Amino acid sequence: MSQLQDSLVELIRRTSAEIPDDVHQSILKSLENEKKGTIAANAFKIIDQNIALAKTKSQPICQDTGSILFYVDVPVGYDQITFAETAREAVKLATKKGYLRQNSVDSLTGKNDGTNVGPGAPAFHFHQHRSAEVSVRLVLKGGGCENVGAQYSLPDGSIDANRDLDGCRKAILDAVLQAQGKGCGPGVLGVCIGGDRATGYEISKTQLLRRLDDRNPNEQLDALEQDILTTANELGIGPMGFGGKTTLLGVKITVANRVPASYFVSISYMCWAFRRQGVILDAQSNVEKWLY
Amino acid sequence: MIKLSFPFTEEKVRALKVGEEVLISGVVHTGRDAVHKYLHEGGVLPEGVSFQNGIIYHCGPVMMKQPDGSYICTAAGPTTSIREEPYQWQVIRDFGLRGVIGKGGMGAKTQAACKEYGCVYLHGIGGAAQVLAECIKKVRNVYFLEKFGSPEAIWELDVVDFPAVVTIDAHGNSLHAEVYEHSKAELAKRV
Repeated sequence: MSQLQDSLVELIRRTSAEIPDDVHQSILKSLENEKKGTIAANAFKIIDQNIALAKTKSQPICQDTGSILFYVDVPVGYDQITFAETAREAVKLATKKGYLRQNSVDSLTGKNDGTNVGPGAPAFHFHQHRSAEVSVRLVLKGGGCENVGAQYSLPDGSIDANRDLDGCRKAILDAVLQAQGKGCGPGVLGVCIGGDRATGYEISKTQLLRRLDDRNPNEQLDALEQDILTTANELGIGPMGFGGKTTLLGVKITVANRVPASYFVSISYMCWAFRRQGVILDAQSNVEKWLY
Repeated sequence: MIKLSFPFTEEKVRALKVGEEVLISGVVHTGRDAVHKYLHEGGVLPEGVSFQNGIIYHCGPVMMKQPDGSYICTAAGPTTSIREEPYQWQVIRDFGLRGVIGKGGMGAKTQAACKEYGCVYLHGIGGAAQVLAECIKKVRNVYFLEKFGSPEAIWELDVVDFPAVVTIDAHGNSLHAEVYEHSKAELAKRV
């Protein structure tokens, strides 16, 4: 087994079994905030126990180990083909070890060959940069939360949303309302305003790579993020949709240019079991640093 | 906490009310998208499987095969139930289910079937795969493993003190409908 494969298997293991600290802190704060003895507070208690148990046992936090999304930043000239081949082998091995569920199905035949490798799976997003550093970020995104993602094309008369930031606000809050507890809330939203139907969703997911406690450098977007977080938590949807004070743990929004005729708001919903981790690799592909 | 133990009789489930927390013990079967569509299209349960006075669990577990051919469940939280909404009422009616464990809630058809035939929807904690796997004491059997693949197979499980919340009861009440209406009204005040 190559060192790269070794490092990637460890990245997969840790992503699947250990919640990042920023998310855990947010969950603990939410638990304190819920009224004691309510089903919302009890749900948070089970969630917290589950986080501890998964880490101790080195087993998946959630049985739906999700779509496997690699975000890889590489120097110019880096061999992406070898990386992808190695990562596919790492995914197969991680599946055998039980870090990942047999989770990838042929959409035509319905067959699940048990490897988690096939057309489009796992997914790779490579970006070249002018630095010698190789960083690999991994998100495991379950189907329940992926299914409640939404894309709005503004104007949208059904929610009275025009082509402005207020219209975006209405679209994002409508997505929260429609999701209720179905995406394993409390959730985190990654949002892209603009782009096309494909890039809008793609860019919305990159927002999930941001730490929950960061702030948006753009003042307008920062204000929108804070407003949506506060407003959503006033709706009373609560963890699992049981009712309660915590509906969202975070909102992260970015923009992309659009063509004049299109105005998309694309929303990716991430469940509380927010499996996101990353590494910086050294020249021998050892893990030099964990990113979250 | 209310103990809900096998056999899951109509009397026991009719006594449950929305918002109550239960600990489930006994035999449950997993069944999700492929199983529901199959049954809806007239498929029959494999020999040895009965849902009569039983509970179905919307779950695609992680199962590790042991050298002796048995299985250990290493992760088993609920999957989103709303995908079974077109089929669930019929499976309740035709196969005698008394309970459905899942997450995210279900709609009006399931709510009506729960009332008419005496069944409840039991909401597990989505994502809590380790806590819930600990409640699975034994994997008794598996059916349709080749046909549907591991996550979609029917796994027969022994569970002890599996925690869930009654969110649709057998009296026509649904916590999901209540929370939706409440949150919709709150949102209307804020946009």
